Amino acid sequence: MDAEMRMRPLLLLPEMLLFVGGLGALICGSFVPRQRQWLIRVLTAVVLIAAMTAAAVQLAGPAQRAFEGTYTIDTATGVARILAAFGTLLVLALAAEEIAGSARESETYALLLFATTGTVVLAGADDLLVLAAGFLLASIPLYGLIGLVNTTAGAEAAMKTYLMGALFGIVLLLGVTVLSGVTGTTMYEELEEGLARAPAAAVAVATVGVVAGLMFKAGGVPAHFWIPDVAQGSSATVATFLTTVPKIGALIAVYRLVGVLPDTASWPLLVALFAVASMTLGNLAAYWQNDPRRLLGWSTVSQVGFLLVPIVVTGRSNLALPSLLAYLAGYTVTNIAAFAIVAALPDRRNLAGYRGLATQRPWLAAALLVALLGLVGTPPAAVFVGKLTTAAAAWDGGYSWLAVVVFVNTVLSLFYYLRWIVPTYRHADADADADAGAAAQILGRRRCPRAPLSSRLRSASPRVSPPGPSGTWSASIRNRGAASTFFRCTGN
Amino acid sequence: MLTLIVFLPLAAALALVALPRLGDPQARWAWVAVAAVDLALVVVVWARYATPPAGGLAFEERAAWMPGVNSSYHIGVDGFSLPLVAMTAVIFLACAVHALRERHRPRIQAALFLFLQSVSLGLFVAADLILFFVFFDLSIVGMYFVIAGWGHGNRGHSAMKFFLYTFLGSLALLVGFIGLYVAAEPHTFDIPELVAAAPLAGRPPRWRAGAGRDPGRPGGEDPHRPVPHLAAARAHRRAAVGSAVLAGVLLKMGTYGFVRIALPMLPQAWRAWAWVVIVVGVVSVIYGALVALAQTNVKRMIAYTSVNHMGYIALAVGAAGLVAADTTQARTVAVTGAVTQMVSHGLITAALFLLAGVLQDRAGTYDMGAYGGLATPAPVFATLFAVGAFASLGLPAFSGFIAEFQIFTGSVAVAPVTAIALVGILVTAALFLRALQEVFTGETRGHSLGFTDLRSSEVWSVGPLLLLSLVIGILPRPLLDVIEPASVAVVDLVGR
Repeated sequence: MDAEMRMRPLLLLPEMLLFVGGLGALICGSFVPRQRQWLIRVLTAVVLIAAMTAAAVQLAGPAQRAFEGTYTIDTATGVARILAAFGTLLVLALAAEEIAGSARESETYALLLFATTGTVVLAGADDLLVLAAGFLLASIPLYGLIGLVNTTAGAEAAMKTYLMGALFGIVLLLGVTVLSGVTGTTMYEELEEGLARAPAAAVAVATVGVVAGLMFKAGGVPAHFWIPDVAQGSSATVATFLTTVPKIGALIAVYRLVGVLPDTASWPLLVALFAVASMTLGNLAAYWQNDPRRLLGWSTVSQVGFLLVPIVVTGRSNLALPSLLAYLAGYTVTNIAAFAIVAALPDRRNLAGYRGLATQRPWLAAALLVALLGLVGTPPAAVFVGKLTTAAAAWDGGYSWLAVVVFVNTVLSLFYYLRWIVPTYRHADADADADAGAAAQILGRRRCPRAPLSSRLRSASPRVSPPGPSGTWSASIRNRGAASTFFRCTGN
Repeated sequence: MLTLIVFLPLAAALALVALPRLGDPQARWAWVAVAAVDLALVVVVWARYATPPAGGLAFEERAAWMPGVNSSYHIGVDGFSLPLVAMTAVIFLACAVHALRERHRPRIQAALFLFLQSVSLGLFVAADLILFFVFFDLSIVGMYFVIAGWGHGNRGHSAMKFFLYTFLGSLALLVGFIGLYVAAEPHTFDIPELVAAAPLAGRPPRWRAGAGRDPGRPGGEDPHRPVPHLAAARAHRRAAVGSAVLAGVLLKMGTYGFVRIALPMLPQAWRAWAWVVIVVGVVSVIYGALVALAQTNVKRMIAYTSVNHMGYIALAVGAAGLVAADTTQARTVAVTGAVTQMVSHGLITAALFLLAGVLQDRAGTYDMGAYGGLATPAPVFATLFAVGAFASLGLPAFSGFIAEFQIFTGSVAVAPVTAIALVGILVTAALFLRALQEVFTGETRGHSLGFTDLRSSEVWSVGPLLLLSLVIGILPRPLLDVIEPASVAVVDLVGR
């Protein structure tokens, strides 16, 4: 029996640390008095740092596989472990202020650790069943995290996430079933040869299913509807975590999966379509938002589109994986920074409320400027490196049109980030029409006071219709009143 | 050395931001001091500059930055960049002196301009496409805040417009850069390596046409492209120092991109598209002059003469692409003229914008009709404005003449039909003479009554710029000796 085929559980030390840390936080939290809950926070931080250290040590070594080849520990897994733990650590710093002393403090930390473990497992999975387990481990804590907020919006967000998650979980399992059915195996290594002989249509359907399921975790089209609601309705801690950390695992999982697909399935085009749809829809929807957190939520949808671009050229360009990891790293810090600024100003719930921030809190305004321009991809911010290398990878891999789409969408995204930056750098007494609407004026549109699209997209659908054309969703607008009642009932 | 020159202003800017207790006078003088030190360092570099071998750079520095995509922190100067670096340092010092009387948030203004100085200098010394792009994009961000914070009129609107146009242009530029990167074997963003490789040389012409034009489009900064120049002209609704920097320094980024990137890296594409560039150049020469003639607003008039002057540069670099036997020398002269024109236009236009700012400062209007006989109450202002106007229209003994003379000598020798652009000089002469007549001569009336003459900070900012233009006009040799070897090299490269 060669080394590949043995269990070697110690290779999974970071995952084990995270999971056991979560259990520890949950159990210890029950015995620690509420004013001492900071102990649990310290425990969580220590666990995260330990996991990062263990991951860094393993990253220095060669790529290895554990659990009979179902789990890979390579650069991608290593970076995912470090990024996910680091992102959670940053979220923890954010949480300290928001939830310290609240009734559900230790539970939050435990759920954060579980969700982080799930994300890391997703990233390392080299087997369809491990993938499915990682998906569930990453999803279920999220429902709890979102539901911890005791508000109507929070309940709506939790319900919506749960229903979307259940649906896309089933879609993912369907894809997994078909893939293992046509090949007789669940291990990626064996899938590769099995799929080459499998019927192309079955492979294509299964691929769509698995990728769509993973899109739920990543928060990309077509499974993105829960993202803006969560960004708006849940606590800042949870919103920050959900829009950042799960994406790391989901996207690396997509990267690994497409790596074993045969050319007969024309998966690059499929992923390219997901990418274009995500970035374009995210950008167009973000433009109409007036709530900064909702705007950020939509912006993360568009970022998933950008993050999918290097995956399209997996195997065609040497830059694919490095650019994906670089973009993920840049995105993680930038997005958390943007959410942290919003969390620091909880009473400013619309863009106009940011007017005059530059004079009142100059450092916070400067940080916001850096974070938002960073999300646009203005150099020398980190996301710029990601955007540059992903576009270069796409072009290098023969998808020059995708590189152009990336930059066209970057211009689109600039408009709504500017709608936020401009009032921030206006004096509080400046003329109202001159600022927030400036971007809109340039587009040749009047300022939209009612934000019709936003309210439309915010409206919950009473039934979970398949994520088909937007018509299905807009058809449910008529039921909006019923929908809110429904959610209010279920939420309380 | 170059790193120090580039980042000294940035460090000073950060210090100014970090020290909110600093008094306004200290902030203003700190700005002047830093700009002066930076200029002194540039003078030292110039004094120790020895022409590098063709394709090489002097004062070269290189450090790993993004090894994964072969992009490094690579900077250096040659005959094209050194004059522009020097011009940038001079103009920013002039702006610092001019702004000694600024009352509106001088500390932040100083920090912002020092930041802009850093990115402008960085752009001109960059020897890596990504580094070039980073500085280019940061200059847009910096300029946005200059316009939004210190402009007049509907400044939010013009700032936003400027930002969107130039950002769009910058992304087109980035797409072009990535195209070059992908086409080069091995993939690299390093400018000297790309120049040596001429990556798209073997590709079919259509491919070259698509990717090849992008590097020639450093965005809306380049005012002879029809749509962005309107944005540039509108963006000039701002304080004098902002206009001086935009027209004097930032506009040069586009034309510098031509000689640094487009000509040497895409010789075949450039040759194929040379006539297009020439036509664009000739059209902007004549169109810019005619539109400037129609203006009654002094500042807009100067903005449109910039369109005209940048047209000469396009004409010259276009002519450099018309490769034929026995024209090497003429094309070299044209390219030298183009670079000289960049320096000359920077100095003269910055001076004119600073002078025009005086009108707004004293009387609150740029309208020529509101003045008359201004020479009587403000003789120093009148003298300097007249000198600037004559320098701008290309009178011999000023740098503009040296530049335009070389441009026309080179271009007409290569393509005689370009002589029609000479009409532009005639119209420019007419419009400046008309403006001088309307504002300064005749009976003192309107806002001219009680007009305060130039203050010392204004004299000491505008005076040196015009003096330098005069010095270049009389003793052009030191400048041309630096530029000419680089022109010879680039003309060689285009001929590949």
